[in-house]
Amino acid sequence: MLQVTQKDLRPGVHLTAVQTRKFKTSVLGVTLMVPLDKRNASANALLPYVLRRGTYNRPDMQTLSAALDEMYGGTVSPIVRKKGEALCIGLTGSFLDDALAPEDAGIRDAAARLLTELLLHPALENGGFRTDYVAGEKKNLMNRIRAQINDKRLYATARLTAEMCADEAYGTDRLGDEASAAAITPESLWNRYQDLLSTAAVELYYCGSASPEQVEQTFAELISGIPEGERRMVSVGQVLSHAPAGTPRMVTEPLDVAQCKLSMGFRTGGITAGDRAYPALQLFNAVYGGTTTSKLFMNVREKLSLCYYSSSMLEKFKGLMLVSSGVEYKNQERAKQEILSQLEACQRGEIDRAELESGRRAVVSSLRTLSDSQARLEDYWLGQTVAGLTEKPEKLAERVEQVTLKEVVTAAQKVELDTVYLLKGQEE
Amino acid sequence: MTEKQYDRVEETLFHDMLQNGLHIYVDRKPGFAKSYAFFATNYGGMDMRFQMDGQWHDTPAGVAHFLEHKMFDTKDGNALQILSANGASPNAFTSTAITGYYFDSTEKFEENLKTLLSFVSVPWFTPESVAKEQGIIGQEIRMGDDDPDTQVFYSMLKGLYEYSPVRIDIAGTVESIAQITDQTLYDCHKAFYNPGNMVLCVAGDVDPQRVCALAREILPEEGKGEIPRDYGKPESNRAFQSEVVREMEVSTPIFRLGWKAEPVDKGPERLRQQLMGELVCEALLGTSSPLYARLYEQGLVNDSFDYGYEAYPGVAILAAGGESRDPWAVRAEVMEETARICREGIEEHLWRRLKKAAYGNRVKTLNSFESVCVNLAQGHFNGTDYLTFPEVYDGIEKSDVEQCIRRWITSERTCLAVIRPKGSAK
Repeated sequence: MLQVTQKDLRPGVHLTAVQTRKFKTSVLGVTLMVPLDKRNASANALLPYVLRRGTYNRPDMQTLSAALDEMYGGTVSPIVRKKGEALCIGLTGSFLDDALAPEDAGIRDAAARLLTELLLHPALENGGFRTDYVAGEKKNLMNRIRAQINDKRLYATARLTAEMCADEAYGTDRLGDEASAAAITPESLWNRYQDLLSTAAVELYYCGSASPEQVEQTFAELISGIPEGERRMVSVGQVLSHAPAGTPRMVTEPLDVAQCKLSMGFRTGGITAGDRAYPALQLFNAVYGGTTTSKLFMNVREKLSLCYYSSSMLEKFKGLMLVSSGVEYKNQERAKQEILSQLEACQRGEIDRAELESGRRAVVSSLRTLSDSQARLEDYWLGQTVAGLTEKPEKLAERVEQVTLKEVVTAAQKVELDTVYLLKGQEE
Repeated sequence: MTEKQYDRVEETLFHDMLQNGLHIYVDRKPGFAKSYAFFATNYGGMDMRFQMDGQWHDTPAGVAHFLEHKMFDTKDGNALQILSANGASPNAFTSTAITGYYFDSTEKFEENLKTLLSFVSVPWFTPESVAKEQGIIGQEIRMGDDDPDTQVFYSMLKGLYEYSPVRIDIAGTVESIAQITDQTLYDCHKAFYNPGNMVLCVAGDVDPQRVCALAREILPEEGKGEIPRDYGKPESNRAFQSEVVREMEVSTPIFRLGWKAEPVDKGPERLRQQLMGELVCEALLGTSSPLYARLYEQGLVNDSFDYGYEAYPGVAILAAGGESRDPWAVRAEVMEETARICREGIEEHLWRRLKKAAYGNRVKTLNSFESVCVNLAQGHFNGTDYLTFPEVYDGIEKSDVEQCIRRWITSERTCLAVIRPKGSAK
């Protein structure tokens, strides 16, 4: 039903083509992948938004919208993601699949041409980016950076990773920081753009009814338009096998909040998405805090009512497990102890059959439905490309089916607490 | 059972009607891991006065929504928990005209479908559980009272319609739901949750025969068929009021402009008018229309601007709105653009690409099982075959849409509803 082809088109230019007739739409995307670095993070994050404003051929929103309407209602969105310590800067679009359009519509080719224009032929002013576009999108970026504090739950998790990985590239936020965003000029962004175009690894993505050969043909103009040059190979970067010396560290920050956010960061003993033990780690995470039948949900929330929410998630390419919870200040110490004691229970093997199996059902179902969603599929394959992996989600699901209790416990035993971050009210 | 191919959108639909009057639609989606089931009744917020067993019943506002909340209660517990424990993600909604219950799951589909059919068809209410729910829904209503988007929408409906129950909040009021008893719920369930007034739509890689067999096994053998309803005195084409202005705690004025279109009876014309209504919106004020660009550049609308066509029994509305520093100026601009289109017509290029975009966007919605099933169910209740929309689009000409603009977008048919910041003057 679903054929995945991956191919190096040129050194540093890679294609993932997923052929399927499941969907009414096709997804086309182009992503530049570079190592995360603090200095350039904001400029990197700004770039796709400025590119999305206009091309030499379609210099404004109105002409771009008209072009997308012509493609039977297409969309193109800028997207900035972190995969491990790689930053992925992309333009991704969704279009009516040619299989469902009138024969001469040629939507796939038109979509690829538009992506080519957006990436390689931006609207210009004096040989550089249009200053009004840079100024407008810079303002939007700074608003987005500032707005991160609005969602306290996400904010606490972001602050936890920044503190925990302060000495690693991973500690840099995908959007960078306000000060470096403010310092961007049309010239500095133009230089960054030129540098990225000639040195970043490039991922082209397609999902739809066309064959890999047709897809290569479709992308031909884009591929040949990407400048020649020595491209840096991308990777997920550094993974620590143990929490560093001097941990666990405790960081507390006051903010005007009614409810405390307690976030706890763990190292997974070096287990990441590429490891043999990864399915066991995934299952452990589900049993521990990844689902509404998990130990954290059932005990910390339901039984002891210590938290409004309490759950765990994996950063699969960085070897981290992050627990986030919302608690009353007076309960935060007890909540922390309970979160740790549930981990210790897992490490002692105190996981019953029902817990293990409902965790397994949740992980398997999530992996199997991945192929029902074009957006999730695209994100999965981008991660695989960055990590140099080729395993399909269905294969991973099969491995999860085989994981034993003993393997789950072994994975749990590798988990070490690194940093505790507490966001608390001003008064407490 | 019949099987129908829709070649242009590549869908295969199975249909059957059981002896009890229940219609079942199954959209075969090979290769998908997930399956989805939607069980709906032709009963919504506006169905307050109806005839059952020869007698007319008047019920308070908010019963359909109240029933939806209480249906998950079973004699032995709660169906939400049973479905969740079985790996399904269940939920429900009540709209103006229908109430629907649904889940999706990747495993144990048949077991989950049985649970769905069973909890929706077997009522279990007690005076205590009704009293408890009055408190919960009362809170939900108060939240809506503070929500400017909800308030501006109902202000517009109240301005457009004088008699139709569409002007009454689906959730009712704290006072109206206080009148609901367990007997009210049992009566309404008996009337509207009879299989003859319901539809079951399923999407996924499932066996249609099995779906029908399970429905036969779980549901009652007899149905009552359709229930006559009364939606009040006939409405004229004129708006009841041309302006409704209220003040609330908002930072920017929020507005909704509505126009009364002619309601269409049950049948294929309903779908045609739906598609035409949407094209009217796109051509007149859609995000790629000349008017929108003008409004946006003048700062009269922002990203929050949206628009659409909606139809219910006896009701058809075009509406547009969002945040604006001057909603009255937006109205004036729309009327001016209408006059221009009436004079000059819709530009040929714009028309061609709007139609392409509208068609493509509708095909895209077929990626979503939920959207497919909800549209099939609504289409069934409206007497239309939803998946024929490509052919219906073929039959819509530029002149048809221009004709609609000429007829509908007039000052007599308009109501402007505005929620403005407290203490601001106009």
